Amino acid sequence: MERRNIEEKIFKGLMILSTLLILSSLLVILWTIVIKGLPHLNLDMVTQIPQGGYYLGKGGGILNAIVGSLYLAGGAAFLAILISLPVALYLNVYAKPNSKFVSLCRFAFDVLCGVPSIVYGAFGFTIMVFFGMRASLLGGIVAIALLILPMMIRAMDEVIRLVPRELLEASYALGANRLETALKVVARQALPGILTAVLIAFGRGIGDAAAVIFTAGFTDAIPTSLLRPAATLPLAIFFQLSVPIPEVQGRAYASALILTILILVISVTARLLSRKLTRHIVK
Amino acid sequence: MEYRTHISVQDLNVFYRRQQVLKDITLNIPDRKITAIIGPSGCGKTTLLKSFNRLIDSIEGVTISGKVLVDDENILDPKTEVTHIRKKMGLLLQKPYPLPMSIYDNVAYGPRINGIKDRKKLDAIVELYLKKASLWDEVRGRLRQPASMLSVGQQQRLCLARGLAVEPEIILGDEPTSALDPHSSQRIEHTFFELKQDYTIVIVTHILRQARRMADYVVFLYLGELIEHGPAAEIFENPKKELTREYIKGLIS
Repeated sequence: MERRNIEEKIFKGLMILSTLLILSSLLVILWTIVIKGLPHLNLDMVTQIPQGGYYLGKGGGILNAIVGSLYLAGGAAFLAILISLPVALYLNVYAKPNSKFVSLCRFAFDVLCGVPSIVYGAFGFTIMVFFGMRASLLGGIVAIALLILPMMIRAMDEVIRLVPRELLEASYALGANRLETALKVVARQALPGILTAVLIAFGRGIGDAAAVIFTAGFTDAIPTSLLRPAATLPLAIFFQLSVPIPEVQGRAYASALILTILILVISVTARLLSRKLTRHIVK
Repeated sequence: MEYRTHISVQDLNVFYRRQQVLKDITLNIPDRKITAIIGPSGCGKTTLLKSFNRLIDSIEGVTISGKVLVDDENILDPKTEVTHIRKKMGLLLQKPYPLPMSIYDNVAYGPRINGIKDRKKLDAIVELYLKKASLWDEVRGRLRQPASMLSVGQQQRLCLARGLAVEPEIILGDEPTSALDPHSSQRIEHTFFELKQDYTIVIVTHILRQARRMADYVVFLYLGELIEHGPAAEIFENPKKELTREYIKGLIS
């Protein structure tokens, strides 16, 4: 009895400790970015593109990177939805439940989730070279889409899996075929979760540097077509941080702050939207 | 009493992997009567019911042999189109599963799938079947609200209305009142009495009193075998088999 009580206390202590560790590291990161970045954050940062000598401390902003990142992540998320949703619906509505093929697919997507993003970047780059393309917005979109595809599929798969089997039966019993059931009932029931999956993948895509370093390139201009190179926030942070001028390094932290705020806005929107969409959900 | 047959089951055998759950079932289910399938849990009641609209197709590892004739058409024939059979039958499950949409859209779901787009027609259909399921008066002012906001009893009646809206000939109920409170159960039973003028009703139930109250015809299954079937009065008052007698007395369950 005594021993079990002590065990209980030790484990409770460990759990609290690890929670605090995670929370405090998050706070330290935010603190660093805010302290170092906030003094350099101004309207020019978010409304202007870099002017000549920006990386040496002269005027301008990183609008090119903000817009580039939004284009890239938005395009990639769109492309990934077009592929993920059919795959997730197939795994849960069309394929035989718990068949070997389905388990194999899930395993494959799990493996792909663990592949480092630089590998997707290199893979995308190889494809681009094959087609004779240069670093461009399109190349970046494809690389990021490849990167977020497996996690988007798995996240959608997990929520669609939770749709009760009986709901599908109810729809079949009314004479609906699988497609009608998948689109009108299953997708609708899982909509909040699907949305969350998309926005998580979007957040992951917007913050990635390695996949775009070869594929999207970098430019001071805002891309005007899919075939032009595009700047991204993570790379903008990287370039500014590697300049040995304190002023420019400060701007790197300000850029990081902008990226963090962007991701925060996306997560909060995701939460609010999915709460709104639960109206019709059957529990 | 003579019955007209609506569903005719001939030598039906169903296996889940290697386990046989229904053994050589042959019986006729009468037209426009309430038929109750009774028997202890795990005796194959639900399987028999689900083989009528081929929902057992979706269960993994199932093999079926024999015939189920509905209006002289063998529905187990692989050539028979499954959605066509299912439209002939409304299904009520143990627990109501409203579709994740509004009350109106739930009832309009089937008709829309069958190609009815006209607003006025749909309005009329929704009203008609909500009335038939005796739900209209409770929901007429809030048809646009999510169906999930209804009480469980109301949801079950909504599921009934939704099933009726595809204009079936047969209503299948898999213990349709088991998740409901006594009052809601009574309303469902009452609705069934009204509906049997126009529909053939088959319900699975493990509540003997319910079978006594409702059924015109009774089918008794035990461990996948058809022990006895016949008019309710005969089965309950004067069963031929010892097993049936014991089950009705509550000696086995």
